[in-house]
Amino acid sequence: MIADHDVIVLGAGLAGMRAALEAARLGADVAIVTKVHPIRSHSSAAQGGINAAIGENDSWESHAFDTVKGSDYLADQDAVEVMCREAPQDIIEFEHMGVIFYRNDDGKLGTRAFGGASQARTYFVGDITGQALLVTLYDQILKAGVKVYEEWFATKLYMDEGACRGAVALEMVTGELHLLRAKAVIVASGGLGRLYEPSTNALICTGDGYSLAYRAGAPLMDMAMVQYHPTTLAGSGFLMTEAARGEGAYLLNSLGERFMKKYAPTKMELAARDVTSRAEATEIAEGRGIDGNVLLDLRHLGPDVILKKLPQIHEMALDYLDIDMIKEPVPVRPGMHYQMGGVRTDVEGATAIAGLYAAGEVACVSVHGGNRLGANSLLDTIIFGRRSGRASAGYAKGTLPSSGGEELLRSEQQRLEGLLARPYTGETCAGLRLELATMMDAKVGLYRSDAGLHEALEALRGFRKRYENVAVGDKSRIFNQALTFVLELGYLLDCGEAIIRDALVRKESRGAHTHIDYPERNDRDWLKHTVLTLRRDGEEPEISHVPVTITRWQPEVRTY
Amino acid sequence: MQFTIEVGRYNTEGRYADAARPGEPFPAPWNASPVRRYQTYTVDLPEHAVVLDALIAIREYQDPSLAVRCACRSAICGSCAMWINGHANLACKSKLAAFTKDGKTRVESPPSMPIIRDLVCDMKPFWDKHLAVRPWLENKQPVPPPNQEYRVPNAAMEELIQEVSCISCGACVMDCESFAVNPDFLGPQALAQAYRYVGDPRDAQTKERLGELSKEGGIWDCTHCFECVQQCPKGVAPLDQILKLRKMAVDAGYTHNAGTRHADAFAESVRHSGRLNELTLMPKSTGLFNIVGQLKTLPSAINMARAGKLPPLIHKSIPGVERIRKIFERVGGRFK
Repeated sequence: MIADHDVIVLGAGLAGMRAALEAARLGADVAIVTKVHPIRSHSSAAQGGINAAIGENDSWESHAFDTVKGSDYLADQDAVEVMCREAPQDIIEFEHMGVIFYRNDDGKLGTRAFGGASQARTYFVGDITGQALLVTLYDQILKAGVKVYEEWFATKLYMDEGACRGAVALEMVTGELHLLRAKAVIVASGGLGRLYEPSTNALICTGDGYSLAYRAGAPLMDMAMVQYHPTTLAGSGFLMTEAARGEGAYLLNSLGERFMKKYAPTKMELAARDVTSRAEATEIAEGRGIDGNVLLDLRHLGPDVILKKLPQIHEMALDYLDIDMIKEPVPVRPGMHYQMGGVRTDVEGATAIAGLYAAGEVACVSVHGGNRLGANSLLDTIIFGRRSGRASAGYAKGTLPSSGGEELLRSEQQRLEGLLARPYTGETCAGLRLELATMMDAKVGLYRSDAGLHEALEALRGFRKRYENVAVGDKSRIFNQALTFVLELGYLLDCGEAIIRDALVRKESRGAHTHIDYPERNDRDWLKHTVLTLRRDGEEPEISHVPVTITRWQPEVRTY
Repeated sequence: MQFTIEVGRYNTEGRYADAARPGEPFPAPWNASPVRRYQTYTVDLPEHAVVLDALIAIREYQDPSLAVRCACRSAICGSCAMWINGHANLACKSKLAAFTKDGKTRVESPPSMPIIRDLVCDMKPFWDKHLAVRPWLENKQPVPPPNQEYRVPNAAMEELIQEVSCISCGACVMDCESFAVNPDFLGPQALAQAYRYVGDPRDAQTKERLGELSKEGGIWDCTHCFECVQQCPKGVAPLDQILKLRKMAVDAGYTHNAGTRHADAFAESVRHSGRLNELTLMPKSTGLFNIVGQLKTLPSAINMARAGKLPPLIHKSIPGVERIRKIFERVGGRFK
């Protein structure tokens, strides 16, 4: 089938649906393409809240400064300014849509404290903020009657004369491949957590959008910046929201000390995530951990706060560790959580490719720089989702309808059939993914070194070779997940290579990129973004640098 | 620890692929599903593993042709609701050890939903109902200016967090007794969502919503089997929300329906004689002047009479019925 729209959005999380809603409001014929039902999107797993300077004593400047400092000065300050200025109105808009935000005694929106913030400006719904926003937004999509291609898996972007003009997608339920032509395409497909093991991310976070856009020619920026969240559950690696510490929980080592006093004497447990994760890793490495974990202690908060404000993590610790956090501390450790880098965009979500936009985790505007502050990611999705929706609708108005593409549809069909026809050689998709993800965690994780990164790149080359031999262990057409897993592994390999190459060139330590051979931040040489552009498949990407936009905050020594 | 999983397979294509070579990770015949059958797998997992861990282990290392929806693995995304030992549950929240019966765990797509493939069912009936209750805020006017929120007490928001906690997994609908026999029934999830908006002080259509929900297929079609309360993995307790809606609908004056008449007749009978008069319950629920409706119940009545199931014609009060009446007086409200 070939279908035509003004705008198609790949991904139905908060960024994607917000973009689609905005484009629809502006009169564009918009369709969402998503490999899972919108409600299953990983935005639902965001727990703690969403930041905005709404309070009388708060200001967008304060929010922006905290964000810039949190980013270790790698964020573009004009982009941060846009996000922080527009945050209050966008959050109020979600309140008007029906989100049941927590209120103060006077009935106005109430806040909780969060890491790296100079004051409490995180708005929330219990510890299910992402879910509350996602469901509300999905219902707005239903109300607006936006077309959703549900359980359609994007395999390739359609490029025509240098512009992005649609995408090819596999309809899971029938196994048919379709061409969706559009005047503009917004990539909002979320993160790449499956590249790391363990990770807080869902099984669906496989970096699809990074790879699709990169292979279409869009540059990736600052891919080395991979965030490790300080509190992920021992064993499973599930997220224990930062809101726990926002509400006052302690981090303890095996001696029962609040060790953060050594690393962040002012902010203590509410230092930025990179700082806190490294502090935990140091405690564990120096023998003050407990089976490779530290303890998250909520007992002093009391059952009322835990059950009313943090019910979900209370339930998760009970379900997966048999630990009741009202009575016992919970073992946690740093775990891969978020990709700050991504498809390079401007503040309108536009990439370097005409007709191609990106928003949300997959994009790099850059508002997070080297390290994202907690509760800024939900904000990023709704602000830049809306902006890319608006920009793409505007672009579509002045653009002729997309045409052609039958050739691409045929070649994609052949490619998938080729995959299905591969003989079984003993190489499994799951086994290769696990090796890749374990390697990434070990060599391109919280700490990096020149030697480790070179080994990682070598290992990745090996994985790429072996990937050519991965068979699709299912020959059916209907709901062939074995086929999509193999495609996803291909996306992950592209993402892994981008991260390693970016990390290899950045000879300093900044934000989430901690390089043990270059332990200091080096503003003289490295106050700049790294940009990767694909030249031709199989060749090394072109690596270039662009300056960080600095408007009012000069880099300073970063302490919490 | 060894666990045995019996998985309900379904594949309309029923195609056999090349079997894996013996000794390789995928045992033959992988992907050899006839249209429908149960297939048994053995997995080695930690003691505290959940059903989803087993399904993922099977899919990754034993049989990649097993189709199953899952994403977050931590009871947030709602993807993996399925039948586990004959009841709807989230696979990621169900401990294998607790669900091992006679040495195995049986997992399958819920029979109440159309099936697509293996453990993947068609959720369309579920989402259709969700849409049918207009699950969005119909804003109370005037909407505050763009820089101002609605001023509402936090208690009013907290009152709704139970329904907002719904992850739309569909477990309640999969096991709903009413939905199983009446596809027009809105079902527990949609009705819980309906309450989420009826109960929202920022919504302008409370009365209209209650009117719509009082129609056939709405709040009165629930038979209180409590399956939804039992199966909901997030404590939404849809039946509780349905009961709240019923009270609100009656209070709002939506009483001209079989549901309210049934409740009234029920209560009136108990108040009058201390027990249920089943002979008058049906006619009163249908509406005494609803001749067509009465005639429709006639075949059932005849069948009941034939089977000797007709209640006694003379209905006696229980001893001490005055005390029951006193309870009604004390409770007050509609039935005093």
